Amino acid sequence: MAARRCLGLWFFLITLCVVSTGADVLHTTPVTGTESSAAGTETVVARELPEAPSDPGEHTAAEPTREGEQNDRTRGGEQTLGQPTREEEQEQEKTREGEQTPAQPTREEEEEEEEQEQTRGEEEFTREEEEEELTREEEELTTEEEELTREEEEQTREEEELTTEEEELTTEEEELTREEEEQTREEEEEQQTTAQQEEQTKRWEATELEEEHVHDAAVPPLAGDPPAADPPSPPPSKDDFQEELVIRPLHSGDIYASFQFRTVWDADFMGDQKVSHYRLFPKSLGQVITKFSVRELHISFTQGYWRTMQWGQPYLPSPPGAELWVWFQDTVTDVDGTWKELTNVLSGIFCASLNFIDSTNTVQPSASFKPLGIGNVTDHSFLRYATLPREIVCTENLTPWKKLLPCGSKAGLSVLLKSEKLFHSTFHSQAVHVRPVCQDPQCRTTSMELRQTLNVVFDLHTSGQGKREWSLFKMFSRTLTEACPLASSSKVYVDVTDNPQGEQFELSPATPLLTQAVVLGDRRTYSVYDLTQQASFGSSRSLNMLLRWKAADGEMLRPLLHSERYVAGYGLQAGEIHTLIYNHHPYRAFPVLLLSAVPWYLRLYIHTLTVSSKGKDNRPSYIHYQPSKDRERPHLLEMLLQLPPNSVTEVTVEFERALLKWTEYTPDPNHGFYVGSSVISALVPSVVAMDTNSTLDRPLFSSFFPCKEEASYFMRVYTEPLLVNLPTPDFSMPYNVICLTCTVVAVGYGSLYNLLTRTFQVDEPSPGLAKRIANVIRRFRGVPLL
Amino acid sequence: MATAEVERKRGQLAALSIAVVVVLVGVPLWWRTTETYRAWLPVNQINELAELQLQLSVDVEVVFSRGTLMPEQQKKVPFTRTQEEAQKVDDDTTLRYRYESKYRTANIMEEDALKQPTAAEADLSLHTLSASPCGSVVVYVIPETSVLLPQGVDVYIGHRRTAVLRMGAPMSVGKNHKQLLAHLEPRITQVVQVMSFSHTDITAALSDRVRLSPGSKESLADSMRSFKSSPGYEITFSLLNPDPKSHRLDWDIEGAVHSYIQPLLTKLAPLANFSIDSQILYYAMLGVNPRFDSSLEAYTLNADSLAHVINPVEARLGSNAASSNPVLNFLLYVPDAHHSPLYIHDHQKQPVASNAFHSPRWGGIMVYNVNDLYGRGETPLPVNININMEKVMGVFLAQLRLMLGVQSSPAPPGFLVEPCGGAGLADWELDRLMWSRTVENVATATTTITSLAQLLDQIGNIVINDNIASQVSSTVTSLQLAVAELEAGNLGFALQYSKEAILASERAFFDPSLLHLLYFPDDQKFAIYIPLFLPMCVPILLSLIKIASEARQRRKLKQSKKD
Repeated sequence: MAARRCLGLWFFLITLCVVSTGADVLHTTPVTGTESSAAGTETVVARELPEAPSDPGEHTAAEPTREGEQNDRTRGGEQTLGQPTREEEQEQEKTREGEQTPAQPTREEEEEEEEQEQTRGEEEFTREEEEEELTREEEELTTEEEELTREEEEQTREEEELTTEEEELTTEEEELTREEEEQTREEEEEQQTTAQQEEQTKRWEATELEEEHVHDAAVPPLAGDPPAADPPSPPPSKDDFQEELVIRPLHSGDIYASFQFRTVWDADFMGDQKVSHYRLFPKSLGQVITKFSVRELHISFTQGYWRTMQWGQPYLPSPPGAELWVWFQDTVTDVDGTWKELTNVLSGIFCASLNFIDSTNTVQPSASFKPLGIGNVTDHSFLRYATLPREIVCTENLTPWKKLLPCGSKAGLSVLLKSEKLFHSTFHSQAVHVRPVCQDPQCRTTSMELRQTLNVVFDLHTSGQGKREWSLFKMFSRTLTEACPLASSSKVYVDVTDNPQGEQFELSPATPLLTQAVVLGDRRTYSVYDLTQQASFGSSRSLNMLLRWKAADGEMLRPLLHSERYVAGYGLQAGEIHTLIYNHHPYRAFPVLLLSAVPWYLRLYIHTLTVSSKGKDNRPSYIHYQPSKDRERPHLLEMLLQLPPNSVTEVTVEFERALLKWTEYTPDPNHGFYVGSSVISALVPSVVAMDTNSTLDRPLFSSFFPCKEEASYFMRVYTEPLLVNLPTPDFSMPYNVICLTCTVVAVGYGSLYNLLTRTFQVDEPSPGLAKRIANVIRRFRGVPLL
Repeated sequence: MATAEVERKRGQLAALSIAVVVVLVGVPLWWRTTETYRAWLPVNQINELAELQLQLSVDVEVVFSRGTLMPEQQKKVPFTRTQEEAQKVDDDTTLRYRYESKYRTANIMEEDALKQPTAAEADLSLHTLSASPCGSVVVYVIPETSVLLPQGVDVYIGHRRTAVLRMGAPMSVGKNHKQLLAHLEPRITQVVQVMSFSHTDITAALSDRVRLSPGSKESLADSMRSFKSSPGYEITFSLLNPDPKSHRLDWDIEGAVHSYIQPLLTKLAPLANFSIDSQILYYAMLGVNPRFDSSLEAYTLNADSLAHVINPVEARLGSNAASSNPVLNFLLYVPDAHHSPLYIHDHQKQPVASNAFHSPRWGGIMVYNVNDLYGRGETPLPVNININMEKVMGVFLAQLRLMLGVQSSPAPPGFLVEPCGGAGLADWELDRLMWSRTVENVATATTTITSLAQLLDQIGNIVINDNIASQVSSTVTSLQLAVAELEAGNLGFALQYSKEAILASERAFFDPSLLHLLYFPDDQKFAIYIPLFLPMCVPILLSLIKIASEARQRRKLKQSKKD
């Protein structure tokens, strides 16, 4: 009891000594600009470069000298073998290394050669390292194993009828090396050590298959449907996997790389039948979708903030930290309970703190988050949306994300996903989107689509000593050697829109394939490298794109929609949230939906909500406001705003900071408390006609948001998260305060006790101070005076 | 002086009343506001359960066919007879086995059934005559001369709960009915032990409670092979494709599961819930490099290295995110073109016929060689390969039986056990499993609940909510019912109750509310109270002492005055 009283007193003391600090107000001035014109219908063009030779094997016309050299270097006899194998490739490379004296390369070629050499050198280095290991191991090998190798050589020779023994040896080495590589890679897995320890204790035994079981198996148990009778005819392509990488050189000198992996599975997750046999679709995710009756699931982990004004629009926007929004099927009765369980399970799958999602940071947006897949659900009671702006994204989130890919990190584009490079970047965002999509244009049947996206922005300008150039190897410390064999399409796109004549930058190896796609309201041109074609890799058997900037700066098309948010005000009691939404369109006004979810400890004064653009009041045509409940749910504010052309719309709302209970503070309360990003969803007028046919085969990066009309495209913009300081007590105080108050109470009690129990005697005529006080009390109580 | 006396009296009264107020109001108030809520737990019943006395009762029906009993014996053979056997497993656990035998002669229809040409047919027609309840055993005694059983076979055990026992030579049996029963009883017990439970099974099932003395390595391995009893299992079939560039694999897992695995699981449905799923993993490598054996022209995996095979794969298998039941993994590994054929060798360096191995309480792995399908390098890679599920599922089914503990201990000599049929499981095998699972559930639940009670007893600060108390009570009730049903011989109900008990006990034990409170040590708590308690209590105590001493002095004074 005493302790509780003490706490109250302590809080009282705290509130008395609130320190006031001013909040910095950030503001940037809007810039007006022009807009690109050019309208027309979208076409995918595949044209050959005029100089491109007909032979797909010799693919670049840009470097004729080099091509010639390579032809010289490759042994003529091998060309007849048709598809050269990998060992030959290495052989070739070795040969090339040996004859490392190009006759008279021009300066540019020399540089290029250097770059390639560097790449190759590094590859060689790792390979050499592995070979060293190999030789060491080989020394340890017993004679028996040497015999083994030789034996196997013979066998392989018989089988493949290959020419020299040397090549055989290379095969062997190559294989062993590859295996070793796999092994080391596998050893990186975290669970390895524990698993191994476990394994040691397990006893492994060969299965002794008794006669009867074999016999038993041979007889089809059920007479009704013998399994061998009906021919195994699995549907030709029940599931389909595509991978794609888009590289966009940014005008700031940064590089934006966007990976998309899409698995489409013609399985009915929403039917009554349980889906339990997985092929390309990851089982762990499928089980979650089945168990929790999830209709759509969108989850993203982002480190860093996307700078729209410098970088333009991302293909897939995401807020800093973690974001999760889920549409449940309408069969779910207890949506909140399911949501809670789901977040816990996902937190286990992705190794993230999603379990911190609870009712205090979950909202049900009424308009902003419509299902992205098919199905016109309007009842938003099946929707849950939550963000964790504090979430730090790192390798432990990347590893499980990569595990969901059918090829893992073993083949295809995913070999580039090395965490040490990906997290050494300005912006990193990885996401998983699961949604039902149409199987055919008529949309008779649905299939489940899983999109795994990874967006990363590399700041190569600063790390490359001011040299404005990049290559795949520089970005990812890997080059591409093959497509994922399971992928039906595997493509690398490089955005060359700003470089029609090659005056901005130079891209090598050049590709004859160009495609145009309408993305984010603009028609862009892309160089396409199709990894399923052997020709893309050229004679070096590895694709390492290199881009060198020529011009120092270029004009970037300013994004039409852009926003900022900040906290204003001073002191630790009140404040104001400002959201600025910029419409850079010169003559078109368009509507946007603004959603902000504010935690309960910032008490919004909704009556202070003002929306103004161009100095005039701008009344939102729709407002959905759900007030918060302390420790139960956050504020939810959704507004439909009309943005006048070429304007800034400012939304302000005042708030008061609440005092938290002492257990509610985070371990580092003076860092501040995050308020998640606001979401602006908009239908932005498009300068070119958008493609509304969703089933058409389009590049993945341009087909995520469904497009309903030609004149506009859907876009989502996330504002900055806010960091707000709350009044924070000194947490070392409680014990001191308890002691102090107890002492005060004890002193007061003690003197009172003394006065009540002690007997006083008259000694002198003039009463002392104590006697006078005692008399006052006695008079008060009606007891005879002393 | 009178006023001084009055004043002194008043002071004393004030001190006393303050003491009274502190004791009557202050202390209870402090006590009440700082106490933790602890719901009532049936501690006595839990302690009773800690001393587990299990009695397992089996109903055995012994049916004498014509020609086995002489008329005078027939009259004298008792109607029922009970046989008991007590085993003390350890200080807290005692087991009693009770075989309740009923003797009767066969009726006409049974006689007809026993005249079938083969034992299997006789078994089937006996089953259609009367279905015996779960957990019971029917033994038909047939004369020595019967041709039903092949030569040298004394006992035949079929698919159901019936066994056929050959009488033995009349000379050895003896004329007296006592001699007859004495001759029959050990053999019937032997049959019952095969068909329902044996002491080793039950003690193995009690391993959660009783620390077994390390017996032979072989029996330990046997007892550790199968999964622990659980209300549900997840069965996962994974097809490992180490190199999708060299072959594309197709397996009709749906059909195979439907026709091979599902019948067994349907049979096992009373035991636990099973859920099956499958996945294909690409670029899934084994953890070791197989050695090339030149004599076999094949790669080999030694038994010693099998332990390391799984590690890289296991990281990718993934646990079931949607449930917490144990997962049984069955992996089918198809080596790529450069590493096939791959054979598994046992400890004696002999190839394993099934080319498969299993790991206790984990699952099994089978290597499926497809090198003959490559067609000597003429076909372009990747090769499309359709997996023969019949071959694969035969192995996996055998492994699944082992993992689930459906293992028949080798039958004693003279026994003929009919191989299990389409369902993959005989009725008596299911009974056997149910016996041991029930005992295991009871053992686990009692251990859980007693340790929970101990924990709650030790830490006085833990809040015990009402829902935990209700879970504990329902565990105790279910346990008592399970034990009672075991005693009565109702195996089905006993299993049901034991499952309920184990679920409730786990829920109570892992309830998150038990962890919510922060526990402060007592000395720290008192350190916080001291600034309040010390200045308040010391004056009260001192004045009380003073009052007491004054009262004593006064009494002395009075005494002296009297004197």
